[in-house]
Amino acid sequence: MSVVKVLEGSEAVALAVKACRPQVISAYPISPQTHIVEGIAKFVADGDMDAEYVRVDSEFSAASVISGASAAGSRAYTASSSQGLLLMSEVLYASCGMRLPFVITGVNRTVSAPISIQVDQQDTMSLRDCGMIQLFVESSQEAYDAHITAFKIAEDPKILLPVMVCMDGWVLTHSYERITLSEEKDVDHFLPPFKPANFLDVKNPKTWGSIGEEDMVMEFRYSVQQAMQYAKGRIKEIFAEWAGISGRNYGGLIESYKTDDAEVILLAMGSMAGTMKDAVDNLRSAGDKVGLVKIRSYRPFPYEDIWEAVKGAKAVAVVDANLSLGSEGAIGMDLKAKLYGAPNAPLVVDVIAGLGGRDVNESRIKKIVEKVKEAQASGYFLREPYWAGLNPTIVPQGV
Amino acid sequence: MELTIGAVVKGGTSLGYKTGSWRDQRPVLDMKKCKVCGQCESVCPDSAVHVVEETYIIDYDYCKGCGLCAYECPADAITMIREDK
Amino acid sequence: MTTAKKNAQQEDLFVSGHRACHGCGMALSVRHILKATGEDVIVVTPTGCLETFTSPYGYSPWRVPWIHHLFENGPSIATGVAAALRAQKRDTTRVVGIGGDGSTFDIGFGALSGMLERGDDILYICVDNGAYMNTGGQRSGATPLYAATSTHPSGKKSVGKVEMKKNIPMIVAAHGIPYVATASVAYVKDLQKKVKRAMEFRGPRYIQVDTPCPSVWGFPSDHTLEVGRMGVQSGLIPLFEMEEGKVIHVRKIKKQVPVEEYLKLQKRFRHLFGEAEREKEIAAIQTLADRNIEEFGLLGKSKE
Repeated sequence: MSVVKVLEGSEAVALAVKACRPQVISAYPISPQTHIVEGIAKFVADGDMDAEYVRVDSEFSAASVISGASAAGSRAYTASSSQGLLLMSEVLYASCGMRLPFVITGVNRTVSAPISIQVDQQDTMSLRDCGMIQLFVESSQEAYDAHITAFKIAEDPKILLPVMVCMDGWVLTHSYERITLSEEKDVDHFLPPFKPANFLDVKNPKTWGSIGEEDMVMEFRYSVQQAMQYAKGRIKEIFAEWAGISGRNYGGLIESYKTDDAEVILLAMGSMAGTMKDAVDNLRSAGDKVGLVKIRSYRPFPYEDIWEAVKGAKAVAVVDANLSLGSEGAIGMDLKAKLYGAPNAPLVVDVIAGLGGRDVNESRIKKIVEKVKEAQASGYFLREPYWAGLNPTIVPQGV
Repeated sequence: MELTIGAVVKGGTSLGYKTGSWRDQRPVLDMKKCKVCGQCESVCPDSAVHVVEETYIIDYDYCKGCGLCAYECPADAITMIREDK
Repeated sequence: MTTAKKNAQQEDLFVSGHRACHGCGMALSVRHILKATGEDVIVVTPTGCLETFTSPYGYSPWRVPWIHHLFENGPSIATGVAAALRAQKRDTTRVVGIGGDGSTFDIGFGALSGMLERGDDILYICVDNGAYMNTGGQRSGATPLYAATSTHPSGKKSVGKVEMKKNIPMIVAAHGIPYVATASVAYVKDLQKKVKRAMEFRGPRYIQVDTPCPSVWGFPSDHTLEVGRMGVQSGLIPLFEMEEGKVIHVRKIKKQVPVEEYLKLQKRFRHLFGEAEREKEIAAIQTLADRNIEEFGLLGKSKE
């Protein structure tokens, strides 16, 4: 029988990780992920979880410990945020290239400077190039289920890449939700033990981390790209399989919400998608034909599925809680690149919102929809992204 | 060259690269002087000296001609001879 | 049958065909390290000479499972491997880290300290050639006093490195680990003995091996062991063992060799000689050697 409990988001994640039976966990604190690793520490301390729990000296070491453990054939896990995730970036690039699977919870928090512990997507965005799979969730329940699928995705013999489950800091990790927890036997049945074909084994000594010459590096990268392409289909299968067992279905690489006849479609990831669903409902009852595409898998980028959902719309408002300074938001850039040249493609407007914990509330979302309608009507071209909720009067000027 | 997933390679495969081509001098062993002490085998950084039934064999496929065996031989039984290519 | 011959008959776990320079002290020491550990080990190596000359794709001399990940995380990768072995109950397999001084002394120092503090069961061996040799010999925290390097060259306003070599063995010992030793590739039997002794302990252990580099220190490739011996016999490279924080054994020097004889053999010290002989600097190096001899009681009859 599955159990329903009112839990802090972090606790739900800790329980999901526990259910997946990782053998090696590394832990280094940083707000707002710390409750997750603390929750797991308590399970280990009470003997409820049989894992090697390694308290490391930095996030660089945290990512390295799980990389070494994975190479030696163990299922491994860690969590981090913000500065910690940035510090891990070199390690994640290397582990992706070496095809070492593990799962990391990327609790979204903005990055210095200025230092702030509030939520936005800048931290995980800075890791989008390395070959790691990135899943995003709207609720703590979805986080619980995403983690369980994450291990199976990472360890798939034709994927073998790290998977990061990204969830909004504070908003999800420190709020309480009713969480339905699956039975251990269901998770065990869905997720068998990790048995990689290659691992550090004295009976079959092999070498990891070789130098690639110029006649092979491009092909190694291409093989990771191929794994990402394959992952698009396989992730959907794994999501569907777990949905069948758990009874909780979130859709595939995206979730389309009231997009069929929508003229303006919002596109977003993370907990703001939940607020957007309410906004969409309210706008619709006022006569506005609005919809939402919620991205669940950001890498690999599901452009085929997004196209199917948005192709009939007049405009898409991509809401990025991040940006590549000097250009624009990452999801906006990803989508525009893929839709360029598509016949009768909707206008794509990039919106920067929610930086450093700035609330993406319903009134701001409504304003975004209005702005995008204006842009669509005016023949919008070659503009800076729209910064939702910016207070221009306090922007620092001068020396 | 076959590329593997994650670039994982079988151990011991360096034997496929013959570092003997790096040499410009080669060690020549005079078994009459040899005291069978094993120093040459011990000091070769390239594992190019082997003991085969109380005799020493230099594997010229891999010997880089560094001269350590000749320098360290307590019996002066090894001489380095210049190789002309 | 002499000991050297007994060693010769074990099957090599580190085979020919690697791309080390002629006469490389590091390559030679790795051969002997693996002879001492035996095959039931997983070796972790951070980026550096050893990694580069043993892993062009498709040409690996390692007949043990081996992983190179990054430059600054050798010790943390080793921790992860050790944790996995514990979790999988692979009780006989041991973890050995073998990394250069650039990684151990500098960029990987934090990771090393963390590994030592956690008490992970890893033997970490630093093969020390006193610079970032893989990239052409830039100065590291391990470069000895007054050596010239490519980022600290001698010149009209420079006499080479003016900072002391970091005393990593003592820093490591201060973490309270069971076994710390220094060794030299010039004394391979001693090196093997120390590796074997280290393997008898569980927990973090550290051995620092002086591995002269003919290419960049600047001496003929057949002089590697000679230079190593001079370093030890001058007192500049004290060879000792510590167990549970106490020095329990030192390798005695029969006759102290003046440091000049060691320095003169190497191009990296040649700026101290010649027309403008640097007497003050040579004296300072001699003081270092004398201090080691006194502190460790290196002079006297050898027990071997």
